[in-house]
Amino acid sequence: MDSTSLEPSLYTVKAVFILDNDGNRLLSKYYDPELYPSMKEQKNFERNVFNKTHKADNEIAFLEGMTIVYKSSIDLFFYVVGSAQENELMLMSVLNCMFESLTHILRKNVERRCLLDNMEGVFLVVDEIIDGGVILESDPLQVLQKVNYRLMSEPAYGFVLLDYITGNLEAQTDRSQLL
Amino acid sequence: MIKKFDKKDEESGSGSNPFQHLEKSAVLQEARIFNETPINPRRCLHILTKIIYLLNQGEHFGTTEATEAFFAMTRLFQSNDQTLRRMCYLTIKEMANISEDVIIVTSSLTKDMTGKEDVYRGPAIRALCRITDTTMLQAIERYMKQAIVDKVPSVSSSALVSSLHMVKMSYDVVKRWVNEAQEAASSDNIMVQYHALGLLYHLRKNDRLAVTKMLNKFTKSGLKSPFAYCMLIRIASKLLDETEGGHDSPLFDFIESCLRNKNEMVVYEAASAIVHMPNCTARELAPAVSVLQLFCSSPKAALRYAAVRTLNKVAMKHPSAVTACNLDLENLITDSNRSIATLAITTLLKTGSESSVDRLMKQISSFVSEISDEFKVVVVQAISALCQKYPRKHSVMMNFLSNMLRDDGGFEYKRAIVDCIISIIEENPESKETGLAHLCEFIEDCEHTVLATKILHLLGKEGPRTPQPSKYIRFIFNRVVLESEAVRAAAVSALAKFGAQNDDLLPSVLVLMQRCMMDSDDEVRDRATFYMNVLQQKQKALNAAYIFNGLSVSIPGLEKSLHQYTLEPSEKPFDMKSVPLATTPITEPKTEIAPVATSKLPEKLARSRQDIYQEQLAAIPEFQSLGPLFKSSEPVQLTEAETEYVVRCVKHTFARHMVFQFDCTNTLNDQLLQKVVVQMEPSEAYEVIHYIPAPSLPYSQPGSCYSLVRLPDDDPTAVSCTFSCTMKYLVRDCDPNTGEPDDDGYDDEYVLEDLEVTVADHIQKILKPNFGAAWDEVGDEFEKEETFALASVRTLDEAVGNIISFLGMQPCERSDKVPENKNSHVLFLAGVFRGGHDVLVRARLALADGVTMQVTVRSSEETVVDVILASVG
Repeated sequence: MDSTSLEPSLYTVKAVFILDNDGNRLLSKYYDPELYPSMKEQKNFERNVFNKTHKADNEIAFLEGMTIVYKSSIDLFFYVVGSAQENELMLMSVLNCMFESLTHILRKNVERRCLLDNMEGVFLVVDEIIDGGVILESDPLQVLQKVNYRLMSEPAYGFVLLDYITGNLEAQTDRSQLL
Repeated sequence: MIKKFDKKDEESGSGSNPFQHLEKSAVLQEARIFNETPINPRRCLHILTKIIYLLNQGEHFGTTEATEAFFAMTRLFQSNDQTLRRMCYLTIKEMANISEDVIIVTSSLTKDMTGKEDVYRGPAIRALCRITDTTMLQAIERYMKQAIVDKVPSVSSSALVSSLHMVKMSYDVVKRWVNEAQEAASSDNIMVQYHALGLLYHLRKNDRLAVTKMLNKFTKSGLKSPFAYCMLIRIASKLLDETEGGHDSPLFDFIESCLRNKNEMVVYEAASAIVHMPNCTARELAPAVSVLQLFCSSPKAALRYAAVRTLNKVAMKHPSAVTACNLDLENLITDSNRSIATLAITTLLKTGSESSVDRLMKQISSFVSEISDEFKVVVVQAISALCQKYPRKHSVMMNFLSNMLRDDGGFEYKRAIVDCIISIIEENPESKETGLAHLCEFIEDCEHTVLATKILHLLGKEGPRTPQPSKYIRFIFNRVVLESEAVRAAAVSALAKFGAQNDDLLPSVLVLMQRCMMDSDDEVRDRATFYMNVLQQKQKALNAAYIFNGLSVSIPGLEKSLHQYTLEPSEKPFDMKSVPLATTPITEPKTEIAPVATSKLPEKLARSRQDIYQEQLAAIPEFQSLGPLFKSSEPVQLTEAETEYVVRCVKHTFARHMVFQFDCTNTLNDQLLQKVVVQMEPSEAYEVIHYIPAPSLPYSQPGSCYSLVRLPDDDPTAVSCTFSCTMKYLVRDCDPNTGEPDDDGYDDEYVLEDLEVTVADHIQKILKPNFGAAWDEVGDEFEKEETFALASVRTLDEAVGNIISFLGMQPCERSDKVPENKNSHVLFLAGVFRGGHDVLVRARLALADGVTMQVTVRSSEETVVDVILASVG
């Protein structure tokens, strides 16, 4: 590690990923093309990180020369990765924003099944928080407003209309609570 | 709604994954419904999600199928479903690299980015910029400029961040948006502020003045965004770092003022910036350390980690500054986050007193098996530092290290331990035997070839000189029986050293050697045969030359010379003296105790600085006839640091010539220098025979010019000379912005500082692992001795340092370290004089009212002895 201060840059986040309680990837984004360019290296890294972190909820770890902040909820693990010199609190603010936004979107039901049922919402939330490694937004309320996402369940076709109506109503109440 | 989920879980079994058995082909098949009218947003959305999920899992999409799906997706722009549209943007971004002709969505995206729906505008900009290339960028430039200054924060942020991504690709276009970015920087929205600042810095970072101005403006106006503050702190500390001046500038005051910011993120960034500044005084550090101390008791693990990690950094250079935090650190050593506990303990080991060492070591050994390898390395490095500080504690440490050595661990970790043990052995002679015993035990079951060979080499070097050399033979010979080829070969070499040093062991070593001659591997057999024959001669000189002190040439240099030799067949035998000598690697003091980033690339065979110079010089036709490069000096500064032109000189010594390489940098952005030469006026019989100018020297691009000097043949004792140097050149004024020079220029010159050539430039350092053997090998044929009084020197340490730097020779047998509280010391130096003559110097020093020095010089050539003695006197 070079001890000199790091080059001033907006590129703060190296990677973000969400794993389930077996360490399987549910979502992952790598923003630095030089860091683990191949899928195999990425999955290796995720496996290594998972093995070192899933037993104790310690919030922060240092592995393979990366600072990793993480959080778990029921059967999900959320990770944000930055360089060794990165400000740990910046990474934390990204992790917290992601977690709180998802908590809202999933109605506090932050577990694997619900997450997978609303995968599109998860993709959109991550996209609004980080763009190509730059922190785009760190305030969960702003993120929710931008994503403007309605909770969705599996499309059992008979319920689509009902869902649409209730979902819409709920989304509206949800927004009024938020604002 | 939650209830419904539960019911479903019961039906399909909890933990089922709706995406688990996705087939790419089936999903692509489903994607056909994109073409149905009317569009079913719900189903299409689900299919897009599946596609993105598959891409995320690493599924490979062929170009054709990706393009097909992409084109089908473009139809979905007809739907007005918000989430569906947003997923279309995501799909565009994900597929930008794998599908062809993604630019067909440009017009749809441009429409969305300028449309009325604010929810679409930001994401549309980001998607659009992802698929845009330099040529297309011109077409959307107008929209981008508008978007950057848009009132809606998400639009402005998206435009700024996308511009930043595009700087790499089309710097010139994005540069034109600097005014808009400037306007955005004064936005009320904190993220817009941050993104605008980031873009502005990126566009201006090569222009120091502009960065300074920008920094002044923003530090005064005061920003609201904590992220922007962190960015400003980083820019300020980078500027400070480059100025190399003191810290009493407004920049430092700004960083210090951030320690009182109300946001923890900013406070930490400022503290970390101060801690990382080179040459910070204790007074400057104090406020930073005290905020870090507060963070140590934070309930947030990340903050505690950040604080203790930074304190650990401080403790490396200024242990006393951290002592105030000892109490807080003590509370962290039982932290449930083992990373924090480890860092706290290693910090305490650096700052605490000798008495606390035992207790801390006990604490750390209770959980050492739980922490990751990265942190185990940190622990080992802390121990290594500790052993230097408290040599008396080495037995505790040694025990601890040997326990660690027995545990499981990766290569980096084991290597750190082995290195640490070796350094303890070198520092404390009394720990040698226990250390060697631990290492012997380790190689009995060591899977790392590199470590095994390293240890065998050490055993060969140190073992024969211990009181009981015979006990190591068993360990070494076991390797010959059990290990891979590389280890067996190393073991054979180690055995030979025992045989050469200890006469009473020689018969048994010869018997063992005989067995090794039956080995299945060529290298092992060759080594055994070679050593067998050398040992049977029973001649000290042979032993010294071929067993104790091996090859001293540079390996890449030898390879090149041999290759050259085979290309040009000749009658003459190959001459070892024509090969450039290996430069002894300068072991840098270990400053990094913090977790080391493990390198992912396999280490390349590092080429020494000299090999690189050799290649550069050989490329210049005038220097091809000079023979091999003998020595290159460290660069010498010939100007002050902050002048118009910065010149430094590297002296290259050849058998009969010297080449002076002047590395010049032009720091004036309104000048272009051409035909740059450095004219040299020698004080002695040295003769400048050739100048090679640097053709052109644009602003801030270093260039080199050379001077070739012939050394006086008739007087070999003339080793020192002073040159007065003047840089001469043609100046062409140029436009600072474009770098376009005027048509005509004028001649000018610039006086540089004098350049000295000393005796050290004629001697190459060379390490003789066994000085005594080398001393006997050279013999006393040309031995001379003289006694000097060094009146101005007060301590033995100082005298040793002076002699080494003056003669430029390699201290052997660690004789450069003077034991404490001694009044006399013997320094052994080895080197090779220009022309390939070995030189050995033994200096006996005695301390009493100044230092008295008796110098004995041996060499294979008489003049060399005279030269050295003459120059010392």
